[in-house]
Amino acid sequence: MQRRLLFLLPLLTLALMAGFFAWSLLVGRDPAAIGSVLVGRPAPRLDLPALRAGDPPLTDALLKSGKPVLVNFFASWCAPCLAEHPLFTRLGEREGAVIIGIAWKNKRDEAEAWLKRLGDPFKSAGLDLDGKTGLDWGLSGVPETYAIDGNGIVRMHFRGPITERDLNESILPFLKGAE
Amino acid sequence: MIPELGHFSLILALAVALVQGTLPLLGASRGDARLMALGRTAALTQAFLVILAFGALTQAYVTSDFSVANVVANSHSAKPLIYKISGVWGNHEGSMLLWALILSLFGAAVAIFGANLPDTLRSRVLAIQALIGVGFLAFLLFTSNPFERLSPAPPDGNGLNPLLQDPGLAFHPPLLYLGYVGFSVTYAFAIAALLEGRVDAAWARWVRPWTLAAWCFLTLGIALGSWWAYYILGWGGFWFWDPVENASLMPWLAGTALLHSAIVVEKRDSLKSWTVLLAILAFSLSLLGTFLVRSGVLTSVHAFAQDPARGMFILAFLLAVTGGGLALYAWRAPKLMPGGLFQPISREGALILNNLLLCTLAATVLLGTLYPLFLDLLTGNKVSVGPPFFNATFVPICAPLFAALCVGPFLGWKRAELWPALMQLRVAFIVSVIAAIVASYAVDGRATLAAIAFGFGVWLIVGSLVEFAGRLRLGRAPFADSLRRLKATPRASLGMTIAHTALGFVVLGAVATSAWHLELMHTMKPGETVTFAGYQVTLQKVEEVKGANYIAERATLAVAYDGRPYTTMQPERRLFLVQRRQVAETAIHTNLLRDFYVTLGEGDANGGWVIRLYLNPLAPWIWLGAACCALGGFVSLSDRRLRIGAPSRRPVAQPAE
Repeated sequence: MQRRLLFLLPLLTLALMAGFFAWSLLVGRDPAAIGSVLVGRPAPRLDLPALRAGDPPLTDALLKSGKPVLVNFFASWCAPCLAEHPLFTRLGEREGAVIIGIAWKNKRDEAEAWLKRLGDPFKSAGLDLDGKTGLDWGLSGVPETYAIDGNGIVRMHFRGPITERDLNESILPFLKGAE
Repeated sequence: MIPELGHFSLILALAVALVQGTLPLLGASRGDARLMALGRTAALTQAFLVILAFGALTQAYVTSDFSVANVVANSHSAKPLIYKISGVWGNHEGSMLLWALILSLFGAAVAIFGANLPDTLRSRVLAIQALIGVGFLAFLLFTSNPFERLSPAPPDGNGLNPLLQDPGLAFHPPLLYLGYVGFSVTYAFAIAALLEGRVDAAWARWVRPWTLAAWCFLTLGIALGSWWAYYILGWGGFWFWDPVENASLMPWLAGTALLHSAIVVEKRDSLKSWTVLLAILAFSLSLLGTFLVRSGVLTSVHAFAQDPARGMFILAFLLAVTGGGLALYAWRAPKLMPGGLFQPISREGALILNNLLLCTLAATVLLGTLYPLFLDLLTGNKVSVGPPFFNATFVPICAPLFAALCVGPFLGWKRAELWPALMQLRVAFIVSVIAAIVASYAVDGRATLAAIAFGFGVWLIVGSLVEFAGRLRLGRAPFADSLRRLKATPRASLGMTIAHTALGFVVLGAVATSAWHLELMHTMKPGETVTFAGYQVTLQKVEEVKGANYIAERATLAVAYDGRPYTTMQPERRLFLVQRRQVAETAIHTNLLRDFYVTLGEGDANGGWVIRLYLNPLAPWIWLGAACCALGGFVSLSDRRLRIGAPSRRPVAQPAE
């Protein structure tokens, strides 16, 4: 009998593995998604000088306005930021989203020139020259985008440039749902 | 018209496969010679039909027939011809068709070269082979039809994934599939043996050429894939423990174990049920790899669109093949009669150790590959298992494997003495210890573990050569005598020596490249010079060049040594216009002892360019060694024992005692 069980062992291992595979397929898990510890937690501190001359500095109050906010870290030297920029322009101009842009490790005049050249979709724009705020926010590079609800809780975190699909399937439903 | 012909041939092939998968099986159990003879005809017909289908798809690609959806999605009229052809299998549907093609070709090969097999065994093998084919053909026709038409036809296509537009990767999938699918034949032999309830020396000898062929192709396929990753990903590494790489490594490990355990069945009529299990596992792991790559269960850098519906189909198929095989195994294998007895210290014992270690390696890779999936499902935690895990698990298990590898061939069958074997290896031991010490001093003693690993590589080479020299009685008998012995050496032994020695070179290359490479990342402006590992590297210019379907930034670097011009290197960053995707094209200068490796990174606003320089010692040995491993396999495959003197079965073996 014990000998029989030994010969059954490969089959049982397979059954166990297949169970996991079927489970994974059925729940439609996305293996490419990278988790973020921030999702579901209050947004980290925001205390930055404004990028544009004459604007008030950026504070936590901006994140708790009762309206959903998108926070986008960008830099003029980053090529993927260039790629996602038209989507933010569309979000800001056509969808009326409140977007806070933060230039990360970027010189003020370079970031300003970049926005001047490509258009400025940001309601408020901050400057994180030494990258400390980025550190608080758990940034691993630019671009990254956070979706924050009216109570200041982070609901989504996109690492890398946002795509048309992110926009249609996640960001727009979030903005609509949160209102 | 031609795509419809292809589609129609596929449907016919499915029908033929259904016949081939059932009637010969019935014939074998009833002893009906006519039904059994059907197997060979059907196998040849099926192969002909699938070749026709494959030809039709190739025709659509070569002529850029944009009324075929698959061509639109994966090809473009401006693509060079070679990538139009490799585009056929550079996508999900086409690569599945290539699977089916190779599967049916192997079936036809069994029908043609299997004339010496007993009728029942041959018809069962062909039937099992056809049943696997039914799965693939149904998968193609019902979920992944490569011949689907588009109306109206768009003016041009989307192009092939730029990463795949590379000569290395053009031939990587066919080789890999020859390996994966080759194991389907050993699987079919294993199932047929379980159905017949008989595994003996003759069976082992019949299976051996198929296992060897599959193993050689898989070795070449993996090596080519690793070489591609080395020069296209631009990170200087040669193996990244990516799920797709692991997927090809697991069947290779199981296949290597099978190759060795089958020897015990052949020579000593022992380890039967274990060998049958390995034959089932080698193919199951090949299928598992295919499933993991295409279902979207794991993520990686590979080239296929992922689709959960297809995933379900492959999972069901995987379950049918593997589950069916293992269930049959659980039912029939306990009845296989154990054969020859042996002591733990013996050739058999050494081969069992080899098998245990190889299977542990395969299990380690399986666990490391699937662990992120298990953890994510059970706890929602996302982790990625990478090189640190494999360096801590896989690499240490290699140590006893390599240590024992050289000892095994010195041990006799049945029972042997360990000490005399070790004494014969003392020269190899001393040489490898010296090599390890020299290596550790030569690199400032900064990586002692690497130096030990380096010593293992030398051990493999010298140990294998010492064994071969002993076989020829080199130095102990007149030279003419040794020469005569060399001529009389069976090709199988020669192949073993080549493969084992070559493995040593792979180890040396891998260790030296990983542990002792030099690396420099520097932002350079044109005209600037950096000194790297004694070379003076000057960035002369960065210019824009136009390729057939891409534009590129090409840097020209002049490399000088000791003030004298040494070489000029031109790494590129290609932007493929159709897909808007950037691909690095590294420049590599090799002298077979080291690679000088340069990649061009992003430019910055001040006119500087990020240049990465690597000096990879012994790197070429990794792929040359792997190619020689496969060569050893091919030499062994040419052994005359496998071709003539067709093994005949003894009447039902009686236990000796």
